[in-house]
Amino acid sequence: MTMMKTLMGAAAALAVTASGALADPAIIFDLGGKFDRSFNESAFNGAQRWAEETGGSYREIELQSDAQREQSMRRLAEAGANPVVMAGFLQESALAVVAPDYPDTTFVIIDGVVDQPNVRSVVFAEHEGSYLVGMLAAMAAESDTVSFVGGMDIPLISRFACGYAQGVVAVNPDAIVIANMTGTTGAAWNDPVRGGELTRGQIGQGSEVVFAAAGGTGLGVLQAAADEGILSIGVDSNQNYLHPGSVLTSMIKRVDVAVYDAFTTGPEVETGLHVFGLAEEGVGYAIDEFNADLITEEMQAAVDAAREAIIAGEIVVHNFTDDGTCPVQMQ
Amino acid sequence: MDFLTILQILDSTVRLATPLLLACLAGLYSERAGVFDIGLEGKILAAAFFSAAVAFTSGSVWLGLLAGIAASMALAALHGVASITFRGNQLISGVAINFLAAGLTVVIAQTWFLQGGRTPQLSGAARFENIVLPGAASRIRDIAQQGPLGQIYSELISGHSIIVYVALAIVPLTWWVLYRTRFGLRLRAVGENPAAVDTAGVSVVGLRFAAVLIAGVLCGIAGAYLATALNAGFVKDMSAGRGFIALAALIFAKWRPWYALSACLLFGFFDAVGNRYQNIQLGEIIVPVQFMQALPYILVVIVLAGLVGKAIPPRAGGEPYVKER
Repeated sequence: MTMMKTLMGAAAALAVTASGALADPAIIFDLGGKFDRSFNESAFNGAQRWAEETGGSYREIELQSDAQREQSMRRLAEAGANPVVMAGFLQESALAVVAPDYPDTTFVIIDGVVDQPNVRSVVFAEHEGSYLVGMLAAMAAESDTVSFVGGMDIPLISRFACGYAQGVVAVNPDAIVIANMTGTTGAAWNDPVRGGELTRGQIGQGSEVVFAAAGGTGLGVLQAAADEGILSIGVDSNQNYLHPGSVLTSMIKRVDVAVYDAFTTGPEVETGLHVFGLAEEGVGYAIDEFNADLITEEMQAAVDAAREAIIAGEIVVHNFTDDGTCPVQMQ
Repeated sequence: MDFLTILQILDSTVRLATPLLLACLAGLYSERAGVFDIGLEGKILAAAFFSAAVAFTSGSVWLGLLAGIAASMALAALHGVASITFRGNQLISGVAINFLAAGLTVVIAQTWFLQGGRTPQLSGAARFENIVLPGAASRIRDIAQQGPLGQIYSELISGHSIIVYVALAIVPLTWWVLYRTRFGLRLRAVGENPAAVDTAGVSVVGLRFAAVLIAGVLCGIAGAYLATALNAGFVKDMSAGRGFIALAALIFAKWRPWYALSACLLFGFFDAVGNRYQNIQLGEIIVPVQFMQALPYILVVIVLAGLVGKAIPPRAGGEPYVKER
């Protein structure tokens, strides 16, 4: 009898530890890589913060090609990871297929929307954050020309561009916004050479501030801006430290918070669509010791006023993805 | 489109054509000696990684350049051993080198730097700075203030990294070596009729190895240029097909050095135009950005389809030399 009890106790303990191990969260990084200094790295930082604070461990997959998406989601779900967080809108279509097959697993997709009962879709109001850095760009530029370099030519990136252009025009109605996209495939997230060439072309057209929303390609943009002595604006993570004195600010998107929240709450995390805007502090602009000299108090006051107005609904920033058009003409 | 815009496109052309030109000349040496080399891409990639890695750890871009050349020469030697010594298929050996480089660079980068298969950003002495010739302005905004002659001087002639000037100097040097030296004569002969060279008492194997290793050096410079001059660090697959475009340029150039220069400049020019003009409006029609960015590749297809007349490769190309049957 005692023998039986011990055995059952051991089995129960095993079951508990097993379920504990099963509930490890997992994250899938998108093309561009975990250390892109930008979007994916921000997601990684959130996961890392969770691991350090709780002492837990998580599984991760870094995608190498488009073909791996569905396979890696299934692998993690079948291995019992819960929740499975994935960064990047490109995961959308694969997740729409995979999610119904694993109803007990909670999936979290960042930057994409999948309408399934077990999926939490987190999107950011990038147009609002971009509006603020657009204002800063227009105030920092001496002439009327500023520019934008996007990664892959997709509606999400156009949302950045359009918000940025609206912010620029709000400060300087005569401003010209030059907008270029790096490419039309996933490789456009990782082509710093082309990013640098695009930037030099824009500088040639008179641009004084360039905003890069291009993942790893953005590193080439910031580098070219620093080489040519103009200002640049980073994206997703705080990139001010990359070229102190040349990076005007960074449009921060708190992908890390989205990942951290999902990991902390675990499988019970609320599903459905969640939009993180200025009010939720999901987006914003970065000020630290590396760019404090570039941003004057007046600039900061103007941007903070606009921030309050957007939160209060007095300024409405048009969202490109609502109707596929932008009220500001870009070149 | 004003004058300065044209200059900027030409300036961008020179920057983008340089790696193509170096790779194209590398292929020229190798193929003129009768060894096909489709491993240019892999050699560039390996050189790009090792130059960036060593430049970052040592802080000296020159050490990085040497490391890049060494890595590229090691792969070239591998190609030589496989296809000259062991008389293997040259194309298969080249393909193997491409795969090897694509995989190894990322794996080693991940082990050394733990940054997801890339090297850290290079700065300062770990990068080739642009050379500003005396009296030239270096920043685009200052250049815009100058007169037309000053703009040509500052924008187009000055302000490139030293590798650009070296690459341009290698073109006449290659011409001289191929057509005016004993080594060049033998090199060309070994690609046309190795048996004749052998009869004259000159080592076919030795000449072919020399050619393949020269190709390694040139690819090494091309890779170092990509990672330490044009860019500031290595990222995965950063050669982005340039080795293959260089091969197309080589056929376009009919295996001649000066033609190689013009072919590479043409490919660079289309790349630069594609970057600068994303949506060109021609009257009612808007040429979409996808078309502009595909231009260099469309050009490759047209060129290879025989637009340029008959391109006759070296007669003994692709065949391993067997002394006696």
